[in-house]
Amino acid sequence: MKLKSLLIASAMMLAPASVMAADLTIGFSQIGSESGWRAAETTVTKQEAEKRGIDLKFADAQQKQENQIKALRSFIAQGVDAILLAPVVATGWDEVLEEAKEAEIPVMLLDRTVDAPEDLYMTAVTSDLVHEGKVAGDWLQDEMAGADCSIVELQGTTGSSPAIDRKKGFEEGISDASNLKIIRSQTGDFTRSQGKVVMESFLKAEGGANICALYAHNDDMAVGAIQAIKEAGLKPGEDIKIVSIDSVPDIHLAMASGEANATIELTPNMAGPALDALEAYLADGTVPPKWIQTESKLYTLKDDNQAIYELKKDLGY
Amino acid sequence: MVHGFQATLRRIAPQLIILAVVLLLNFLVFPDFFKIEFQNDRLFGNLVDVFNRGAPTALLCIGMTLVIATKGIDLSVGAVMAIAGATAADLVVSGYGWGTALIGAISVGLMCGLWNGVLVAFLRIQPIVATLVLMVAGRGIAQLITEGTILTFLNEGLIHLGAGTVLGIPTPILIWIGLGAIVTLGVRRTALGMLVEAIGINEASSRVAGINSRVLLVSVYLVSGFCAAIAGVIVAADIKGADANNAGLWLELDAILAVVIGGNSLLGGRFSITASLIGALIIQSVNSVILLSGLPPEFNLVIKALIIIAILVIQSPTVKHALYILRASAESEALEPARAAQLTPPKETAQ
Repeated sequence: MKLKSLLIASAMMLAPASVMAADLTIGFSQIGSESGWRAAETTVTKQEAEKRGIDLKFADAQQKQENQIKALRSFIAQGVDAILLAPVVATGWDEVLEEAKEAEIPVMLLDRTVDAPEDLYMTAVTSDLVHEGKVAGDWLQDEMAGADCSIVELQGTTGSSPAIDRKKGFEEGISDASNLKIIRSQTGDFTRSQGKVVMESFLKAEGGANICALYAHNDDMAVGAIQAIKEAGLKPGEDIKIVSIDSVPDIHLAMASGEANATIELTPNMAGPALDALEAYLADGTVPPKWIQTESKLYTLKDDNQAIYELKKDLGY
Repeated sequence: MVHGFQATLRRIAPQLIILAVVLLLNFLVFPDFFKIEFQNDRLFGNLVDVFNRGAPTALLCIGMTLVIATKGIDLSVGAVMAIAGATAADLVVSGYGWGTALIGAISVGLMCGLWNGVLVAFLRIQPIVATLVLMVAGRGIAQLITEGTILTFLNEGLIHLGAGTVLGIPTPILIWIGLGAIVTLGVRRTALGMLVEAIGINEASSRVAGINSRVLLVSVYLVSGFCAAIAGVIVAADIKGADANNAGLWLELDAILAVVIGGNSLLGGRFSITASLIGALIIQSVNSVILLSGLPPEFNLVIKALIIIAILVIQSPTVKHALYILRASAESEALEPARAAQLTPPKETAQ
């Protein structure tokens, strides 16, 4: 408590000096570029900083925590105004976060959280995985409007938190609809090729005509499944409704040609809300909540998917 | 010739029996398993899927069998698949035809094989270490080519290699059976196979006997790289995109497992490509059981582990010997005691 008030007090003193946002220097420690989404997050973060006239110092950790800790220490040594951190793992951050705190540099977490006392960071900007699944379930319930529907589910990597939470959320979303039933659920490891392989087996095990909808924990598996459905002589999007999560460019391309029906965005813009919170804090000391939830936006065939595809494809997905 | 065929049949009999049992398991969990239809201009059925989805592992284990026969191992094949797929995708995206893309991918695969071969044959680095280099670095190279994204393409010719059909049969099936046959004939109709086995059994003495072991060692890694490149192209073509992160991930382990299930010794020596290919089909059939069973995915690895353990235990020398003793004692009760004493163990056709 004492530390917190101290932090606020020191921020108050800092406030006059940082009225000019253009003078801000912010360090960003990114995990690496293990997925297209990660690359897009990096691109968007750089764009968001540029838009605000912030000098962004970028460090790619190549999936290694020690690199991230090194980057954080160098940011502290350089005396940056704030640090954005996308932590590769949840544990082992206490020490370096203490150092940042002693140097009075606020740390904002992007996309993932850490197992450290809450007072060691200012806020965490993440999506709500359970909520994403629920949006997908709600959408399907509305779409079917009471008609009976047998659903097959392509899960993410078994045991991973997105797979667990997106499954849970979807089940919550359809729990009050007795007409919707998950008949088969298997992991597709978040990859296109496994998505295709597992969908092939679903189509044969249940018969294509008996499957009314597909829910995939990510778009890549849905893209693979679309090919399997086509090869089985069915029309994806019509014969089998498809809803998935992430909103990567290729699913919008599929939606533009009516081969997929809906996707829920896992926004790569985690930095925007973080920087907004930081600017508000520096301007008048508004302490942001410990968790800022990003919007899980639903895209359907009503949107101009071709335009979204064009917009997204250069983000590095 | 007839004798040779009989010998081959006797060699692969255990693998064929295991395959039959696993296919029967499939039939039990899903009665329509053996149903094959002709729909949408292609053969359509679970059995077709086993042959089609087993293609990458089958292709890898052709090269892997030869490498293992020389007492080596090639851990890099999964990564080489990713590089080859990325190369092919990159070439068609840059506007080249599918033929060029295929040749490009194969060249890259051969280059990777050459690298491994030189490390093993000339620098005398242990194969597991030498190929580990490319296993780790290869995926990075593939990511450099795709720039970290899934590089999608729409080139019909290239897609045909992975997702197309010839006379209704999925192309990958034809490719792996064709390549398997060519390599098998190539090593068995010539002395090459025997020379490879000689290196695996005792490299020093085979060199003294006049075998150019270095050239042969490099060659088997070249074949392995070639097979991995074809597998990589098929996997990329199948999903119309090169996924550098996931293409061929952990597939080197499946290929090694297929070779082992095929009854080939990791210590080198005698080998059978046909048995390895059946091993690859066994693995894919196990995957098929898991998918068709409809059990939650948490059970996938447990089921796979149990079936694989059962297969390997049945194949272990101790169990084989126990089975032989059982059979022999059963027979000896029916025979004269004097003749039973004369029974000698049959010659092992292969390890």
